[in-house]
Amino acid sequence: MTLTATPTEQLKIVIVGHVDHGKSTFVGRLIHDTGSLPEGKLEQLQQVAERRGVPFEWANLMDALQSERDQNITIDTTQIWFQTAKRQYVIIDAPGHKEFLKNMITGAASAEAALLLIDANEGIQEQSRRHGYLLNMLGIRQIAVLVNKMDLQGYSQERFAAIERDYRAFLKTIDVEPKLFIPIAAKHGDNIASLSPNMPWWTGPTVLAALDQFHVGQPPEHQPLRFPIQDVYRFDDRRILAGRVEAGVLRVGDRLVFCPGNKSSTVKTIERWHAPATDRAGAGESIGITLTEQVFVERGAVAALESAAPYELKQFQARLFWLGHAPFAQGRLYKLKLATQEIEVELAAIHRVIDAATLETVARPNPTSVARHEVAEITLRTRRPVAFDTHAEVAATGRFVIVDGFEVAGGGIVAPGKYPRRSSEGHPKSDNLYWSFGKVTAKQRSARNGHPGCVIWLTGLSGSGKSTLATELERELFNAGRQAYTLDGDNIRHGLCADLAFSPEDRKENIRRVGEVAKLFAEAGVICITAFISPYRADRELVRRLFDQAGGKFIEVYVNAPLAVCEQRDPKGLYAKARANQIQEFTGISAPYEVPENPELILPTDQLTPTEAVARIMDYLHVRDEDTDISI
Amino acid sequence: MSLQTRRGRADLNPAAAPAPLNKMNSDQASKSGSTSRDPGSGSRELPDCPLQLDTLSKLENRSIYILREAFQHFEKIALLWSVGKDSNVILWLVRKAFFGHVPFPLVHLDTGYELPELIAFRDRLVADWHLNLVVARNEAVLAAGTTFPNGILTRVQCCSLLKKDALKQTLDRQGFRAVIVGVRRDEEPTRAKERIFSPRTAAMEWNVEDQPPEFWDQFNTGFPRDAHLRVHPLLDWTETNIWEYIEREGIPVPDLYFEQGSGERYRSLGCWPCTGKFASRARSVSEIIAELRKTRIAERAGRAHDHESEDAFEKLRRDGFM
Repeated sequence: MTLTATPTEQLKIVIVGHVDHGKSTFVGRLIHDTGSLPEGKLEQLQQVAERRGVPFEWANLMDALQSERDQNITIDTTQIWFQTAKRQYVIIDAPGHKEFLKNMITGAASAEAALLLIDANEGIQEQSRRHGYLLNMLGIRQIAVLVNKMDLQGYSQERFAAIERDYRAFLKTIDVEPKLFIPIAAKHGDNIASLSPNMPWWTGPTVLAALDQFHVGQPPEHQPLRFPIQDVYRFDDRRILAGRVEAGVLRVGDRLVFCPGNKSSTVKTIERWHAPATDRAGAGESIGITLTEQVFVERGAVAALESAAPYELKQFQARLFWLGHAPFAQGRLYKLKLATQEIEVELAAIHRVIDAATLETVARPNPTSVARHEVAEITLRTRRPVAFDTHAEVAATGRFVIVDGFEVAGGGIVAPGKYPRRSSEGHPKSDNLYWSFGKVTAKQRSARNGHPGCVIWLTGLSGSGKSTLATELERELFNAGRQAYTLDGDNIRHGLCADLAFSPEDRKENIRRVGEVAKLFAEAGVICITAFISPYRADRELVRRLFDQAGGKFIEVYVNAPLAVCEQRDPKGLYAKARANQIQEFTGISAPYEVPENPELILPTDQLTPTEAVARIMDYLHVRDEDTDISI
Repeated sequence: MSLQTRRGRADLNPAAAPAPLNKMNSDQASKSGSTSRDPGSGSRELPDCPLQLDTLSKLENRSIYILREAFQHFEKIALLWSVGKDSNVILWLVRKAFFGHVPFPLVHLDTGYELPELIAFRDRLVADWHLNLVVARNEAVLAAGTTFPNGILTRVQCCSLLKKDALKQTLDRQGFRAVIVGVRRDEEPTRAKERIFSPRTAAMEWNVEDQPPEFWDQFNTGFPRDAHLRVHPLLDWTETNIWEYIEREGIPVPDLYFEQGSGERYRSLGCWPCTGKFASRARSVSEIIAELRKTRIAERAGRAHDHESEDAFEKLRRDGFM
C-alpha cells in the first residue's frame, strides 16, 4: 500500500464575473480537462441535452437545479472538487446575475482566491466591477483575471491587452493588484489545462498552472489574541468557556481580559476531547478553557491579552454592502452580529453611498437609507459597547453582519478610525455619545438627603414575601426621614414593561429596564427598593454590573422561602393556576429560579416575621454604615 | 457484529467521560494537526512556531464551531443519525464539541428496510456510549404495507413516506426546532447548493431559489415559529475527508462498508431494496481511502432512488428530504 496518510492540501477558489461571461462553462471544462468527472457523467448530460433537443452546455455540469438548466443561468452558488499534482481544489461557482448577489457573496466569502472572468466580446461589465470591489471587501487578495471567449475575438492579442489595461486601471482605484490576466476560450479548453495553439503569442501559464501559484492561507497566529466566547458549559464538574481562537495564540497561564467589561482571569487549562493535552491553542482551533478564578463571563465576550485588547465602543465607522430586500434605514433598530456578540444597532449616519459598479457616489441628496446591492460608508451606533478591531488589524473581529428580521441582510468591515482605546478602568473614555452631566453632584445630593442613593434588590420566588417586605421597608425608611421608593414587579409590568411577557428573553429585558430605572433613582439620591422575582442569576448580575460601573451601591437581598411554603401562601392564586397549566413559564413550577451565589443578605422568611426581616435589612444598612455611607 | 474498527478497537467510553488520551496511539497523535507543535518552552520571548492546520483539522475545527453555534441557539435540537459513516463522524464531532458529552437526542429514521447489521451496530453504540436514541418510523405506512417493493409506489414516493414523513412526525411530536444532518456538498449537486444553517418551511419545503445569504460563519438563527432548521456541519467535507478522519480518529463504522469475501461492499448505506453494492476489494479504512483516490464512480451510484429521473433528487430535497 503506497497510501500516504497525510491528507491533501486544499485551496478554495471562487469563480466570479458578469452574467453570461462563461463562469459555469469554464468550471465544467476545468473539471472535465482535469479528469475529475464521475464516470458516465458527461455522457449522461449529453444524452439529456439530446433528448430535450437543446445543445449540450458545459455549464450543465455545475447548474444542478432544473430551473438553472431551463434558463441557462446559475442561481445559487455551488462547489466542486478537483485535484492537481500539487493539491486539491474546491471550486466555488458563484452566480453573476445581479439578482443573486447574496448567493455570490455566500460563495465568495469562504474562498481564499478568486478567478474573475471577463467576456472578451462584451468587455468589462457592471458585475465585473462590482465583483472586483466586493472581493476586496471580503478580504480576498489573490485574484487572477481570465479573459474568456477569446475565440469570438479571433484570439486577438490586442483585444486581450486592451481589456487587461482597462480592468487593471479600475482595480487600481480600489487597491486591488491581480496576480495575472490569462486569455482563454473556456468552451474549447484554450489555455485551461494546456497551452492553446490558437494563441501562440501567449507566453504566460495555463489556468491550471496559475492556480498552483496561489497560496493556502494559514490562520492569523501572528495577530493579537482574540478568543470570542461561544458558550459556557457545565456538563460535569468543569466550567468550560468554549470558543474558537480567531487570532493569535492562547496559552495556559495567560492573563485574559474579557471585553467589553473589565473582568479578568487566568487560563488554568485548555480543554479538548480525544486529543493530546497541550498548553497552547492557535488561531483556527475550536477549544475550551477553564479559569483559575471564576468570573461571570457569557457568550459574546472577547477574551484578549490585557496588553493588546480590542476597542470597546458604542460607535464605529464601517463599509457595508446591503443585500436585504428592504433598505437599511435610519431610525430603526437592527441586530449586529460581530464575532459571537449580538447587539442592537442603528444606522447613525451615512457618509457616502457608492455604486460598486462604477465606484461613483450615488447622487441622492441626504440619503437616510442604503438600498439593496448598494455599498456605503456609514457610522453604526450600538445599544451597548461592542468589542471590535478594525478589519485591517484583525479580520474576524473587524467584520460583522446586520440581521433584519430573520435573515442576514448586510455585511460590513470596520473602517480605520481614531478610536479611543479602553481606559484603565475598563470602560470607554469616549465614544462620541456623551453622558450629560448636571450641575448638582452626587455628593451634594447625599448631603441634602443625609444619605446617598442605592438599590436594595429583593429577589425570590413568587410568594416569598418580596412585596410585603418592600412595602414595610419603604415605610420604615420614610418614617426615618429617608428618601425611599419601591419599584414593584406587578406595577412595573402594568406600564413600563407592559409589552413584555415571561419568556427568558422578556424576563431579561424586564430586569434590564428595572435595573436602569433603579439606577436613575439611585443617582437621584433615592434608596430604591425593588421587588422582582428576577429568577436568572445572569440578569441580576447585569444589573449589578451597571451599578459597579457607575459606582453606585447594589445590595442584593435573597428573600428565601421554600417553594412549598410559597405555594401554600399563594397570595395571588398563581401557583394554583400554574399547577393547572393555566400559566406558562411560572418560576418554581415550569421555569427555573437560580439562587443568588453571593447575596449581601439572605432572609429566610419562613422563619422570620415581616418586622424581623425588615429589621435585618435596617441592621445591615447600619452595620455596613462605613462601607456604604448609608447612615440610617 | 463487533465495533472493532479496522485500525483497532474504538474508544467506547461512556459519553459522560472523556476518552483517556492513552487510547490514542502515537501515530494518531503525531498526525493530528490540532496537536501541539509548540517547541515546548512556553516562553513568550521565543518566536512562535506557527501551527500548520492541515485540511482535516481545519474541517474538524469548523464543524465543532458549527455544532456549538447550533446547540447555543436551539434548546430543542437533535442529531439525525443514519448510523452511516457521515453521521458517525458527526456524532464523534459532537463529543469533541461538548467535551465527551452528547447533550441532545439522536433521531434514527428507521424505514423498516434497514440492513440488519446496521440496526445491530446502532444498538451496540447506543448501549456503549449511553446515547439518547429516538427511533422514528412511519408506522401507519409500514402497517399498511404501501411501500416501494410491494406497493405501487415509486422509489421516490416511498422515500418521501418512510423518511421525510417519519421525520416530520418526529419533529412535531418532540418539538425539535433544529436537526443536525450529515449531508455533504460533494455527494450530489443540489446538496452542493446548501447552506450550513438551512431553513425549512412548516411544510418541510426547501426554498432553494431564494436561500438567505450566509457568510463569515454568521449563521441565520432566526426564522418563523412554525419552520425548522437543518444544520449541516459536514457540508464542506468530501467522502475522502470522511474516511481520512475516520482513520485518524479511529471512529467505529458498520462492517457493511468493508469487503468481506464477496468481492463487493457498500459505499453508501440505505434501505436494502434500493441500495446496491459495488465491486471492491477494500477491507480496511486505509484501503477504502486508497480506492477513493482512484475511483471515478459517484458515491451515490448505488442509491437507486437518485436516478429515477433527471431531477428526482432535487424534487425530493425541495420537499424536505435530507
